[in-house]
Amino acid sequence: MKFSESWVREWVDLGVSSEELSEQLTMLGLEVDDYASAGGDFSGVVVGKIESIEQHPDADRLRVCQVNDGTGSNHNVVCGAPNARAGICVPFARVGASLPGGFKIKSSKLRGVKSDGMLCSAAELQLAEDADGLYELPADAPLGQTLSDYLSLDDHLIEIDLTPNRGDCLSIRGVARELSARNNAPMQPPAFDQVAQQLDDTFPVDIDADSCCASYAGRIIRGIDATATTPLWMTEKLRRCGLRSISPSVDVTNFVMMELGQPMHAFDMDKLEQGIHVRLATAGEKLTLLDEREVTLDDDTTVIADKSRAVAIAGIMGGNATGVTSDTNNVLLEAALFTPLGIAGKPRRYNAYTDSAQRFERGVDSNLQLHAIERATALLTDIVGGQAGPVFEVRNKTLDRQFSEFKLRRSRLTNFLGTTVADQRVTEILQRLGIDTREVEDGWMATAPSWRYDIAIEEDLIEEIARVHGFDQMPRTNPRFTPEIGAASEADMPRFRIQQLLVDRGYQEAVCYSFVDAEKQIHFDPDAQALALANPISSDMGVMRNTLWVGLCETLQSNLNRQQSDIRLFECGLKFVMQDDDLIQKPVLAGLVSGLRSPDHWSASPDAADFYDVKADVETVLEAANGRTFHFEPGAHPALHPGMCAQIMSADTAVGWLGAMHPKLQKTLDLSQLPIMFEIELEQLDSTKIPAFMDISKFPSVRRDLSVTLNQEVSYATIEACVKSHAPASLRSVRIVDVYTGSGITDGSKSVALGLILQDFSRTLDDIEIDSAVSLILNGLQSDLGATLRT
Amino acid sequence: MNDMQNETQLEQLIARATEVIEASQDLKSLDAVRVEFLGKKGELTQLLKTLGQLPVEQKKEAGQRINEGKRSLQQQIEQKRQALETEALDQRLRSEAIDVTLPGRGRHTGGFHPVTRTIMRINSLFSDLGFSISEGPEVENDYYNFEALNIPAHHPARAMHDTFYFDAGRLLRTHTSSVQIRYMEKNPPPIRIIAPGRVYRCDSDMTHTPMFHQVEGLLVDKDIAFSDLMGHLEMFLQRFFDQDDVEIRFRPSYFPFTEPSAEVDIRIGGGKWLEVLGSGMVHPEVFRSVGIDHQEYSGYAFGMGVERLAMLRYGVDDLRMFFDNDLRFLSQFN
Repeated sequence: MKFSESWVREWVDLGVSSEELSEQLTMLGLEVDDYASAGGDFSGVVVGKIESIEQHPDADRLRVCQVNDGTGSNHNVVCGAPNARAGICVPFARVGASLPGGFKIKSSKLRGVKSDGMLCSAAELQLAEDADGLYELPADAPLGQTLSDYLSLDDHLIEIDLTPNRGDCLSIRGVARELSARNNAPMQPPAFDQVAQQLDDTFPVDIDADSCCASYAGRIIRGIDATATTPLWMTEKLRRCGLRSISPSVDVTNFVMMELGQPMHAFDMDKLEQGIHVRLATAGEKLTLLDEREVTLDDDTTVIADKSRAVAIAGIMGGNATGVTSDTNNVLLEAALFTPLGIAGKPRRYNAYTDSAQRFERGVDSNLQLHAIERATALLTDIVGGQAGPVFEVRNKTLDRQFSEFKLRRSRLTNFLGTTVADQRVTEILQRLGIDTREVEDGWMATAPSWRYDIAIEEDLIEEIARVHGFDQMPRTNPRFTPEIGAASEADMPRFRIQQLLVDRGYQEAVCYSFVDAEKQIHFDPDAQALALANPISSDMGVMRNTLWVGLCETLQSNLNRQQSDIRLFECGLKFVMQDDDLIQKPVLAGLVSGLRSPDHWSASPDAADFYDVKADVETVLEAANGRTFHFEPGAHPALHPGMCAQIMSADTAVGWLGAMHPKLQKTLDLSQLPIMFEIELEQLDSTKIPAFMDISKFPSVRRDLSVTLNQEVSYATIEACVKSHAPASLRSVRIVDVYTGSGITDGSKSVALGLILQDFSRTLDDIEIDSAVSLILNGLQSDLGATLRT
Repeated sequence: MNDMQNETQLEQLIARATEVIEASQDLKSLDAVRVEFLGKKGELTQLLKTLGQLPVEQKKEAGQRINEGKRSLQQQIEQKRQALETEALDQRLRSEAIDVTLPGRGRHTGGFHPVTRTIMRINSLFSDLGFSISEGPEVENDYYNFEALNIPAHHPARAMHDTFYFDAGRLLRTHTSSVQIRYMEKNPPPIRIIAPGRVYRCDSDMTHTPMFHQVEGLLVDKDIAFSDLMGHLEMFLQRFFDQDDVEIRFRPSYFPFTEPSAEVDIRIGGGKWLEVLGSGMVHPEVFRSVGIDHQEYSGYAFGMGVERLAMLRYGVDDLRMFFDNDLRFLSQFN
């Protein structure tokens, strides 16, 4: 909300400077967003009057004005404003004046006609955002007085950002009340005389129980002067709150809203048929609003209707057909109360974020309607005259608010804040906030005021006291809490360790969006379902990822485009997998490598990183998370090369993938380099083995190498399993030291060299034992796998 | 042969030997010299054998002379051997010299994403205070994200959360506060957790990304006061920014799930106040929804924007950089 500092100061006498006032508001929880001078940075601008005007001889759009600035002699001023006419008072920048932006006014010639000064619009003086002509001042404006003095521009415009619970501060009265509590200064609302009833006319009002209207107050004023204009003091106040002057009736309703916080509406009485009916709209009912948009209403929307049609969306915006115009003689003033729940969501739905809607959505003082009508009547009749009927009000009892007294314990206040606030200050703060408070033995009894919707329990009062007393007045302490050693087990594998491991192996961690382009993701697995957002920010962020590869590949692509070619990436995060309509949010570790095996180096050959390079990284991760045993099996994944695709297994459960990207996918994604990718379920990597000591043999080990040829299709895993199943207990380990195909080996066969490490715990193995072990293994390979010894 | 002859012969022999020792270019030729003069059939050995031909009275003197000559030759050879060895080593070392300024072989380390780096730092600081880490789902339901946090349907605070929805019940969590509820449902007080993670808001411009990270904190115990919240967060922020003179301001605000609520602003070096986190005392309604007696226990909660802290800490000026994953950006945090 934007408002004028001087207006607030009329309501409460504060002994604080402007800067202090602004700081106090922020520290009360009414965060000051903007704080600016009320007028633009100008000088030498005075009240002037166009005495006479004639067409410029050489320019259709320009006219030549004789301007009286009170000095006794008129000035010749060329002006292009459409509303320039004889008899009006306007801001006149004399020769030598300075306008906002440092623009200096000099005597000049415009199309051959001398111009001594400039007539100004409100926008040119930074008194308004925009303007469509000269700023017309009242006819009685004193000629020659500086505009700053005349408009009392020694003021500040303050814009505060209110939290949704503080609808009560959307008024001068509300802001003043906060400052009154903060400074312990009394409120001084402006005095006015209530207008006596001069007519008996009332207007029938019906409120349907299922509407959101809790109260509807109104008053008829007949015989208003349609030609009257709003006084400057009021238009200036409205201007400083960001509201444009429209007509006296509208200006008064806006003024009361800004002053007291009660949104009001003025109907042209003669355009209403028979009576007011507050009811729910019928589905599909149409209404043309004040901004000339026709909206179609839903049946959960409360409308103000007359006998035949809806004339306003309750609490949001009036209709165009029944609004006050320059021909209006009789008005009906409305001050109603609509519930926040009834208004919530509607401004968005009807795209009508009005000042009224903003207030009702947050809660308007439920005891303000009659007072607002009185205030508006007094202001309006002062400007436009007329005769007022009685104030009438109809209430919807089902929506009456209940206020009950509740207790604030002194001990609770102290314990909860961790500091003591003096009793007197507590009482003072609560009472200044309008909270009906009385002291009792162990604390206070309090009742919430009608303008607060956020005060009902003890903690609500504690908050009020804390913020008005000042958070900065309270100590900052260190809590005494129950000491406890955490429950982490030695076998727990911190996720950080896995990430660190990949970082140490040269990987860069990426963080990709969790939502991806559905069309792109489908290429990674055409059968996988993706959870779609109902309101995505854009279609390329339309569905939740079901693999982290989509984001990593995009990252690869964008980095390749930036001439980065040595790329190793990983990411940890959730993937969102649909299984029979159930959503599983699975934390995974995914990685991608593209580029050289080793970075560009003076002594390294520039080989591309291949499957086995990345497998070593994955194996390192799996070895670190050795609470489980993992192995690799050949697998098939739509995103991976069928001949270079391994499924990562934890016992019999598939827990991840490792492979080269399928060349088809590479082509679809238009990647210039073929990446190797992996993805592993993080939950599988959450444990490590707690070491258990095993005896070390004191006897020497021997190594024997065994070279066999066998069918190329036989995997190493099969060979290793075969060796282990046939070997005697003395086999410590088996290593693969060479795999060879090509010259000297039959087509379809391969040569494999195995390194066998043999050792016994009780003695040194002799040659006979060693030879026997090797031949057991060889025989096994021959019989099970058709291997032949290579000599 | 007489003594005179013997002496002359010895002198000549030694002179000759000295000459060839000096002339030896390597250990092999030096060894040949040793054999030639001192070997079993060496000249000096032969000379020693001629002692028998001398008269008895001259034998002793001549023997001493020859042995002295032998020792002298042995010494010369040893010196020469050491000299040659030193030279050979020097030569080898010279030939093996490399350019030690060439870069080492192999891969250098990568790095953590700055968001992870920042979360790790926050985790570590709070684990010093005995906080443990908790996590929750990112696709949440209305109850955990709103209802249980005292944000019923149509609550105006919902308008502050631009929520991504899937259907009537499911949404992307708009804050990590949902983890508070899930944790408190399962664990009785005392509670000290932080919950880092991704959160989502349907907003995207210069200063907003539709996904960002928060770290939620929750402490529930007996007699926890608002002053404790301020004390802890002040200590945290001073440690996080590694300086004790970070100015910290607690400013009243509003969150439906805490009361009193405070935004925390920091100011470094007298600059502008910058909002870094939201906090407050756990609202009684929140305790009620998880079945904790709010008269017996009290607690505080806070939520901080990780990217915001990372930007301030590392001087990043564009939020969107965090999700571009440009290696030239990421590698700056290695």
